[in-house]
Order: sequence, then C-alpha cells, then structure tokens
Amino acid sequence: MSWESVIGLEVHVQLSTRSKIFSGSATAFGAEPNTQANAVDIALPGVLPVMNREAAVMAVKFGLAVNATVNQRSVFARKNYFYPDLPKGYQISQYEIPIVGPGYLDIEVDGEILRVGITRAHLEEDAGKSLHEDFHGMTGIDLNRAGTPLLEVVSEPDMRSAAQAVAYLRKMHTLVRYLGICDGNMQEGSFRCDANVSVRRAGDDRLGTRTELKNINSFRFVEKAINFEIERQVEVIEGGGSVVQETRLYDPDRDETRSMRGKEQAHDYRYFPDPDLPPLVIDDDFVEASRRAMPELPDAKRRRFVESYGLREADADMLVTDRPVADYFEAVCAATAADARTAANWVNGDVAAALNRDGIDMTAIPVPAEHVGRLLDRIADGTISGKIAKDVFSTMWSSGDDPDSIIESRGLKQISDAGAIEQIVDAVLADSAAQVEQYRAGNQKVVGFLVGQVMKRSEGKANPKQVNEILRRKLDA
Amino acid sequence: MSITKEDVHRIATLARLRIGDEEVDGYADNLSRILDLVEQMNAVDTDAIEPMAHPLDVALRLRPDEVTETDRRDAFLEIAPAADRGLYLVPRVIE
Repeated sequence: MSWESVIGLEVHVQLSTRSKIFSGSATAFGAEPNTQANAVDIALPGVLPVMNREAAVMAVKFGLAVNATVNQRSVFARKNYFYPDLPKGYQISQYEIPIVGPGYLDIEVDGEILRVGITRAHLEEDAGKSLHEDFHGMTGIDLNRAGTPLLEVVSEPDMRSAAQAVAYLRKMHTLVRYLGICDGNMQEGSFRCDANVSVRRAGDDRLGTRTELKNINSFRFVEKAINFEIERQVEVIEGGGSVVQETRLYDPDRDETRSMRGKEQAHDYRYFPDPDLPPLVIDDDFVEASRRAMPELPDAKRRRFVESYGLREADADMLVTDRPVADYFEAVCAATAADARTAANWVNGDVAAALNRDGIDMTAIPVPAEHVGRLLDRIADGTISGKIAKDVFSTMWSSGDDPDSIIESRGLKQISDAGAIEQIVDAVLADSAAQVEQYRAGNQKVVGFLVGQVMKRSEGKANPKQVNEILRRKLDA
Repeated sequence: MSITKEDVHRIATLARLRIGDEEVDGYADNLSRILDLVEQMNAVDTDAIEPMAHPLDVALRLRPDEVTETDRRDAFLEIAPAADRGLYLVPRVIE
C-alpha cells in the first residue's frame, strides 16, 4: 500500500521593528526580564493599543513579495484565551480579514518547480515567556516578548514530502531576510514553524485527519519531525487505528512527536473584532511606497547573476541565499578585473569555508571585499599563483592586511624572471642525475617530480608554466 | 430556551467565572433572551449592507516605529501579587 503525505506550514515571522506592535516598548532580544514590558504590554486597566506603522509596511512588503493580494481594509480581532504569558486574556490578531490575502511561493526540489499556495498572512502580537523552573512551585513570567509584532503566514496543504516543506521554509527564510522584515534567527525564536501533517492512500482525493506539530525550530528538525509523524500516522492506520486530530510536540532529543496533553479540548477562541482598534486601511499610496522600499528579491537576483555575470545556476543559487553574501560577491566583482566566475568560486569556496570554520556570518567577515578583488587581480596578472593566493588569503583573514602588503612583506611574489628560474632548474637537474637519465630513457613521468623539486626550492614562488617550459627545453637539449 | 445549563457551564469555564448552581438557571434564561433578540434582528434583510467591524467610520491611526517607553519594571513589580528576580510569579502553569 502506498501512502501520500499532505503538509501545510504555519510560519511565525517575528517582524524586526524597533518597538512593539501596539506599544512604544523596545523589542530587543535578551534584555533583563520585564524591562521592556510597559503598561500596555502587561495589560494594566485603561490602556489602549496604538498600531506601529512599520509593522504594516513590513506585512505589505511580504504580501507583494509572495504575489499576494494586499487587503485595503483588514480587521484586528481578539483571540480569547487565558494564559499568563498574555495578561490581557486575549491576543490581538486578525481573523476574518487579514492584511495579506492569497498568494504563492515557487520552490524548487530536485529540479522541479512546485507552486505552494499561501492562504493568508496576518498580523498579531507575540506572547511573553513562561519559566517553569525554580520558583518555589510557581511559574515565572517574562513579558518582554509580549506585544512583539508577528506575521503569521499560513500555507495551503500543497506539500507532499518533508523535503518540500523544508525547501518552502528555506525560501521563506531567505525572503524575509532579504525584505529586512525579520532577522531569521531560529534559535532566538524570530522565525518559528508549525506543521500540519496528514496522510492518505495514494490516489485518494480526500484529506486524512491532520495533526499539528509544534516546537520545531530548525530546518533539520522540521524534516525529522515531519518524517517521524508521517511514519507514525501510517503505522496507526495500517494497525487498524485512526489518527486523532491533536497538537503534538516534537522532542529533538528523542526524535519523536508526543501528544500535548491538557490541551485536548477543542479550542474555542471566541474571536470578535477588537473594539479598541478600527479597521487597518492600506491605500494604493501606502502599497506603492512599500513597493518602492523593497530590495531586489532572490529570484530576480539569481536571474541577473546568471545573465549579466555569466554564472552557473548552482553558483548563483549559493550566492543569493544570503543577501550579504550576494552583496559581497558584487563588491568583489566591482573591485577586480578578474572574471565573475572566479570571484564566485572564491566567495562560495575559500571565503565560505573560512566563515564556516570560524562560525561567523558574512556581516562579520574580517576581510573587505576590495581585498579579495585585489587578490584575484594578483593571480590574474601573474604576481602570485592560485596556490600561493590561498596562503595570502588566510593571512588576510587573520591579520586584516591587504594582499599587496602581505605579498610584499612575505616575499611571495611569483618568480617570472627566466634567468632566476633557469638557475633553480639547473641546480635541481644537477642534483637529480638519476631522474634525468630516466627521462632520457623515455620516462616522461619524471617531469612532474622535477617540476615539484623546482617549485619546492623556489618556495612555491616560481611561475609553474615557465618552470615547465624551461625544464623541458633543458631536458630535451 | 436556546441556552442549556451545560452551555452556561462551558461559557463560564472559558471565561474563568465561578457560577453557583443556584445561579445557572438565571444565566441560562438571560443569555437565551439575548439570543432571542439577536434572532429577531436576524430576520431583517441586511444583504445590501456591508458588515461593520467597528461602530465608528474611522481608519486605524498608525504611529511611527519609535521606542517611547522607558523601563518601569520596579514600579510594576511592586504592585504584582508575587515577583522574584524580575519575573512576575503566577500559580504554576502545567503544560
């Protein structure tokens, strides 16, 4: 029996505004508990919410980026539930009319384009945090996060595998960072994902009963949690049981999903329009101003990199995933006469490897793009070989010095002076009588050995092309 | 009567209200009458009228994205029933 899985995702994008969605409190991560929770956030009686304009701008930019309808009039509603991390007793969200209507995102998996429908995206406020340990049997509440703006993006159940879900999530992650509306930090919870998963027999049109997976806060866990859940549901059904609609928590330590007990009763949030907030009106000017403030998006940038720089698709793909990386690549290109493919190879190769090794991202790179550009020029004009360039780069990384001064001070300039190379070749030949004899007896392979000896004696600085020519001329003489 | 005793108990639970057994009938009766009134209004033909989310015909006012609040934690913690190390304390929440 073959099974098909059906997956839809809800992504909570924490918007990177300076202040909260309905109050003037700061939103910075990591502050001392409750130092960024004011009277509105802790819900003192008589306070009123005032909407942050920037949160609306960010939502509109997102809507435009996913080809969605932006609703000219959207409505905030109260989602009623009692939990101490939201002391009002309700969360301000959007229900019947969200700010962003239907749109889509195209993803690529195994060379195939899949269009994933986006049902809607709505604005809401985040909740605070509960701390359960060590408070004499009580729960500690930190309301710093309460009121931080969120954009909840709901997809259609258009994905059929965990790999597709991860591709969708990655694309969304890249997109929100490009738009500058979210820092994308999954560890700090700025980008969170819930997955709705169900299975059905292949060919069946009806959807199976779904479960909602929560607490999956890395791309790897999303894939593992969904795969675990698909297998679990198939086992339940094949064992004669039926899937229960419920919320399940993913436990990365045990790589399994568990039913969340205590929340089994059906939710009844009793949504109603929030009387404190009149409708949010977004007119054409607002939309156009937001559109003008949007950067070039990843798909457009990839096309441009392929078309105007002549890059391979795969290289362009790697470069555009992270906007600072793409910017760095372009800055290297602007600073060098070397061709763009070489620049792409360096940025995706040595530069990426060094960032990875040091565990830092592009925004913290110690080497200016201009220095990498100049290094590529020194390879192109024959000052140093590609091999020496790697050494120079590693010194650039640790010292912050520019390549020319490193080449100069360490005497790494390539030896292209025929006379000087000839001297070294003569010395090597004099020491390698046996190999010379083998060559003359017809063994071509020893040339490689002899070139190696010359390079070694020149400390890697001899121009390899010239070494080859001179060596052969002398051997054949 | 459209609201049953069970409905009253459920609504009270959702709203975290404690209602004595002797009060249930009264609430069921009152809430039912409110629904009856809504029922009466439902008879009016409103097809040509746009649903209203707010009684005032105004748009939401938007403020610039600026941090305008200062840290007043100590004053707020002072009036909380229980606090410790900068956190508000509440009866244990079971997940």
